[in-house]
Amino acid sequence: MRFVDEFREPELINKAADEIRRLAVPSRHYRLMEVCGGHTHAIYRFGLKDILPENIELIHGPGCPVCVLPMGRIDDGLTMAQDPDVIFAAFGDMMRVPGTQGSPLEHKARGMDVRIVYSPSDAIKLAQANPDRHVMFFAIGFETTAPSTALTLMRAKSLGLGNFSIFCNHVTIIPAIRAILDSPDMRLDGFVGPGHVSTVIGCRPYEWIAANEKKPIVVSGFEPLDILQSIVMLLRQLKNGKARVENQYKRVVPWEGNRAALAAMAEVFQLRPYFEWRGLGFISQSALRIRDTYAEWDAEQRFNIPGLRVTDPKAAQCGEVLKGVLKPAQCKLFGAECTPEHPIGALMVSSEGCCAAFYNYEHRKTAVVTNINASA
Amino acid sequence: MCLAIPGKIVELFPEERNLALVEVAGVRRRVDLGLLEEDRPVKGDWVLIHVGFAMSKISEQDALDQMNTLAMLGEAEAALQEIRGYGLGQEDGDPPVS
Repeated sequence: MRFVDEFREPELINKAADEIRRLAVPSRHYRLMEVCGGHTHAIYRFGLKDILPENIELIHGPGCPVCVLPMGRIDDGLTMAQDPDVIFAAFGDMMRVPGTQGSPLEHKARGMDVRIVYSPSDAIKLAQANPDRHVMFFAIGFETTAPSTALTLMRAKSLGLGNFSIFCNHVTIIPAIRAILDSPDMRLDGFVGPGHVSTVIGCRPYEWIAANEKKPIVVSGFEPLDILQSIVMLLRQLKNGKARVENQYKRVVPWEGNRAALAAMAEVFQLRPYFEWRGLGFISQSALRIRDTYAEWDAEQRFNIPGLRVTDPKAAQCGEVLKGVLKPAQCKLFGAECTPEHPIGALMVSSEGCCAAFYNYEHRKTAVVTNINASA
Repeated sequence: MCLAIPGKIVELFPEERNLALVEVAGVRRRVDLGLLEEDRPVKGDWVLIHVGFAMSKISEQDALDQMNTLAMLGEAEAALQEIRGYGLGQEDGDPPVS
């Protein structure tokens, strides 16, 4: 309970922890998946595993858009940007993700024009400020971010911007959850549902998980109390043999989602027939591509991309860790060849990746404890 | 990546309905209101911002709590870096891009 005093409202957190202990049947082993990388980060950062009883296991889900993108897509993006007329623009967390020839940052060091933007609309500004160059924006993210890319494409069209395109790598959360549930080696009792994806898609898209798969799912906020309360709600449902969608994050997530955001996405995007995910393989209808009505701003239509399938380095076990089959520390490269300072795979690069989270909050703690024991 | 940054609307632009000037921890930048078309915020409202777009309206209390959560997550600096980076890092005072 060492972190509890630092939290806001420690009494409520203690109450939630007590309720969890009361509800968790001692003879039962609970496997709850938090889908979203933001929740993974929060769980490690707040030391929530220490607050939970031993028989509640939190499994990390695939909700980290940087982590699930196969290396080949990074290579494709960088290939397009090899033309000296092209400016490669992306969010900060893309910059250190490894491709086979290095990360965008490493390409920058070798002379490629690589720029960080903090908003897709700033990629448009970049294009307007550099009329003699072509700005290619590498778009990633789940449904939280896709609407912003959609509005940006609509703006590019209304401006008639000729020197701008987007390389679209947006993925959708529901097919990933379905793939997890269809996986034979994955036995789960319930889900802590994504917080910010749900502000866009609402809570309805999760109803099949409860109705068909008979698993409860609670959409959760990101504070320690939110996550603990969500676990209380899951355990209550499991105790009563129920399976429903519940919304713990009501203060931010509307049940119906954001209609304007969904409309923008429908205007600009359509589903790809299939898309490859690290760890989960090819999943049908799980990613967005730009509609032909916006073809002029679709980097995949303007440029020739190799479209090579690239597997991760042989020794790296990113796929298995992503699927939840291995814990981060069980990967042979973890903590040795692969650390946040020199990452081999995307799960160590992103702050939402479970390897980075585990390394920064758990691994260091264990190392300290081991050193203390060794010197005693 | 999933950073949702709370900010206060300090100015709206009559000639640009989909932009607002937002203040986060003393830093002022323009954000896009296009996703809140159906529930437009007014001056003084608080919003949650993600990659330069306002995603939802929230109460002032929730905004303060969210700042606290970001700080607890160790992401306050990243959040401020993101806000400062909006508009390619330009200070307000530049005319809206039309």
